[in-house]
Amino acid sequence: MELRHKDLLGIEYLSPEEITLILDTAENFKEVSEREIKKVPTLRGKTIILFFYEPSTRTRTSFEVAAKRLSADTFNLSASTSSMVKGETLIDTARNLEAMNPDAIIIRHSSSGAPHLLAGRLKSSVINAGDGAHAHPSQALLDMLTMREVKGRLEGLKVAIIGDIAHSRVARSNMIGLSKMGARVRVAGPPSMMPPGLEQYGAKVFIRPEPALEDADVIMMLRLQLERQTGRTFPGIREYAKVFGLNRERVSLAGPEVIIMHPGPMNRGVEIAPEVADGPENVILDQVTNGVAVRMALLYLFIGGGQRE
Amino acid sequence: MRILIRGGRVIDPGQGLDDLREVLIEDGRVKDLTVPGQEGGFAAGSLVIKAQGLIVTPGLIDMHVHLREPGEEYKETISSGAAAAAAGGFTAVAAMPNTNPINDNRSVTEFILSQAREAGSARVWPIAAMTKGSLGQELCEYGDLAEAGAVAVSDDGRPVSNAQMMRRVLEYTKVFDLRAISHAEELALSAGGAMNEGVTSTGLGLTGIPAAAEETAIFREVCLAGLTGAPVHIAHVSTAGSVDIIRQAKAGGIPVTAETAPHYFSLTEEAVRGYRTEAKMNPPLRTRRDLMAVRAGLADGTIDAIASDHAPHSVLEKEIEFDQAAFGVVGLETSLPLALNLFREGILSLAQIVTVLSLNPAKILGVPGGSLGRGQDADVTIIDLDRQWKVEASRFKSKGRNTPFEGLAMTGQAVLTMVQGLVIHNLLP
Repeated sequence: MELRHKDLLGIEYLSPEEITLILDTAENFKEVSEREIKKVPTLRGKTIILFFYEPSTRTRTSFEVAAKRLSADTFNLSASTSSMVKGETLIDTARNLEAMNPDAIIIRHSSSGAPHLLAGRLKSSVINAGDGAHAHPSQALLDMLTMREVKGRLEGLKVAIIGDIAHSRVARSNMIGLSKMGARVRVAGPPSMMPPGLEQYGAKVFIRPEPALEDADVIMMLRLQLERQTGRTFPGIREYAKVFGLNRERVSLAGPEVIIMHPGPMNRGVEIAPEVADGPENVILDQVTNGVAVRMALLYLFIGGGQRE
Repeated sequence: MRILIRGGRVIDPGQGLDDLREVLIEDGRVKDLTVPGQEGGFAAGSLVIKAQGLIVTPGLIDMHVHLREPGEEYKETISSGAAAAAAGGFTAVAAMPNTNPINDNRSVTEFILSQAREAGSARVWPIAAMTKGSLGQELCEYGDLAEAGAVAVSDDGRPVSNAQMMRRVLEYTKVFDLRAISHAEELALSAGGAMNEGVTSTGLGLTGIPAAAEETAIFREVCLAGLTGAPVHIAHVSTAGSVDIIRQAKAGGIPVTAETAPHYFSLTEEAVRGYRTEAKMNPPLRTRRDLMAVRAGLADGTIDAIASDHAPHSVLEKEIEFDQAAFGVVGLETSLPLALNLFREGILSLAQIVTVLSLNPAKILGVPGGSLGRGQDADVTIIDLDRQWKVEASRFKSKGRNTPFEGLAMTGQAVLTMVQGLVIHNLLP
C-alpha cells in the first residue's frame, strides 16, 4: 500500500485506506520521538520549505520538528520575509522557491485554494498546512490518530464538533475525514456560524449544543474568532459562553468515557470553561504530540521511501 | 455599392418573418427583402454573398459588455472588443461605464464613440454612469450624456445602495427616455463573497454570495419602477427567485425588462471546483435549479435579452488566489453558440433567439437595428447552425482569455457580420 498523490491538498482526496495507512505509519513513528536520540536518517538530503503566509506557531513548529526528526533540511519563509510584501504574486514566489529544488513545500495561506494554485504548477509535493476556511488535513489526521488511540477505533464513534463551523477548516477536514472512516459526526453552533449543506458532507446539524453532545464519545470545541466575530455572528462572550460554551454540566450529557479535544489555541472561559479545559477528559496535549507523528508520516509517505514513483 | 445576400433563411421576428428571402442592400441600407427569383436584375453589378443553408438575421446586439477603454487597455481596447464582437456575430455592443475615468461625462462618452469610429468594426453604444463616479451620491448630467451619444445609464458593478437615490435616478431617466440598467445586488449581503453560497462554497471553504443578495435588490428595483413609472432593466439575472420576481412584476404591469448571460444557462457553481478563477463572476454561477429557471424565463419571455457581460481580465487579475481574483468572464465570442444550444435542446426557437439577441436589445436601448425592415441600416449577421468548432481562447479577437468554456466543442457560429453594408467578419469561403 502506498500513496498515489503528489500533493496533500485536502482530506477529501484521500481514501479510507490511505487515511489508515497514514495513521498506522504515524503510530510507528511515535516511538522515534520517545528515544534519547530523536532522529532517524529517513529523509536525509531532502529539502522542505515551510511557506507560511499566515501566522502559525503550532503547526509550523510541528512540521519543522517532524521534518528534523527525519533528518530533512527545512527552511522557513513567512509572509513578512518573502517578496510577497513587495507585490510578488503567489505563483512567482512559489516558482522561485521551486528553482531551489525542494522536495516539498508546506504551505499555510489565508485564501482557500491557494495550495491548489501551486500544486498544479509545481513539481514538488505541496502539503496543505491550512488554507482559508477550506482544509487542514494534517490537523484532522492527528485528531483521528488521537481518537483512534484512546478509543481503539474510529468507526461508529459519535463525535460532536461545536462552534464556528463556517470559518473552521479544522471542522471541515474532520467532518469529511471522520465520515469517511465511519464515525458519526454531529455539528452544533448558532446558524450565523453554520454554512449551508453540511449534511452533504456527512454531518448531522444541530443548533443548540445539548442534543449534539448527548452520548458523545468525542467532543471537539472550536476556537471562536473573537476579534473578527464579536457582535456580528454572536452578541458577545458572555452569552456565547452561556449558550454554547462547554461547561461541566454539558460534558455530563456525553458518554461516560468522553474525550475532549481542541485544535488550539483555546479561549478559556469562552468556548471552553477552565475547569473543563483542565479536566481529566482532556486530550489536547496528546493531540500536539500526535501532530508531530502524523506529520512525520506525511513527509515520509509523500517525499520519502514508499510513495509513488 | 450593392450587395445581394442570396439563398439564406431570413429570420426577422420584428417583421414576423422566417422564410427564404434575398436581402437586397444598397448604400449601406436594406433596399428590400424579396422572395427568391423576384430580385429582378439586382444581382448584376452587386456583390453576391451566398447564404444557401445559412441563417440571415438582423445584426446581433450585445447590450452588456465591458471594453475597458479608457484606463485598462491591457485588458481590452475598444478596437479589440469591437473585433471580438464582430467575430461573435454582433454588429453592436453597449459598453458599461466602469472605465477609468468612469463614463459619467460627455468627454468620456465622446472618446468612446471616437475610438469606436476609428476601429471601424462593430458599433459601440456607450452606457453612461447613473451617478457621478458611480458613487451613488449625485446624479450625472443625463441630458448632456444623451446628447453626446449615451444610450442608457447604469452603475454596473457598483450598484446604487441608497433606495432614495435609485428612485431619483429612475425619475430623472424619464426626462430623456434613457433606460436605467440595474446591477441588482444588495452589497451588505454579498460582501466578501467569492462564489454562490451553497453546498459547494461550504466544501471549498469560500465565502458565499446568497441568491437573496440579488433577489432583494431586484425586489427593490421592481418596487421603485412601480413607484416612479420609469422602466428599469435588470442586468445579468442568475437565480430562480429573480426570474419569479420579474415574472410576477411583469404580470402586474410594472415596466421591467431583464437580461441573462450565457454562463447562467450553461454552467452551475460546480464549474468553480478546483478553484477555477475563470469561472468566477458576479453574480456567481448558481445551482442546477437556477439554471433551469433562467432557461424557463427565457422561454416564456420573462427574460427579454441575452447579454454576455463580457468582462476581459488579464492573468494579473485571474492567475491568483481565488478569493482575490477579479470577477468576470469574456463572452462575446461564445455567446451565440451557447444560445444556439438552447435551440438544439428545444428550449428556444430560432425566432426567440433572434428576439433576445437582437430585437429586444434594440428596443430596450432604443437604438437602431433589431430588424431588417426596408430602409434600415444593413446590420446583418449570417449564422451557420452546423459549423463545428472548438473554443480556444488563444484565438480570440478579445484580449481577454478568461473563459470558462476553454476546450469546449461548439456547434454553430456567425460566419459573416455586416454593419451598414460593410463586412466586418467573414468566415465564408
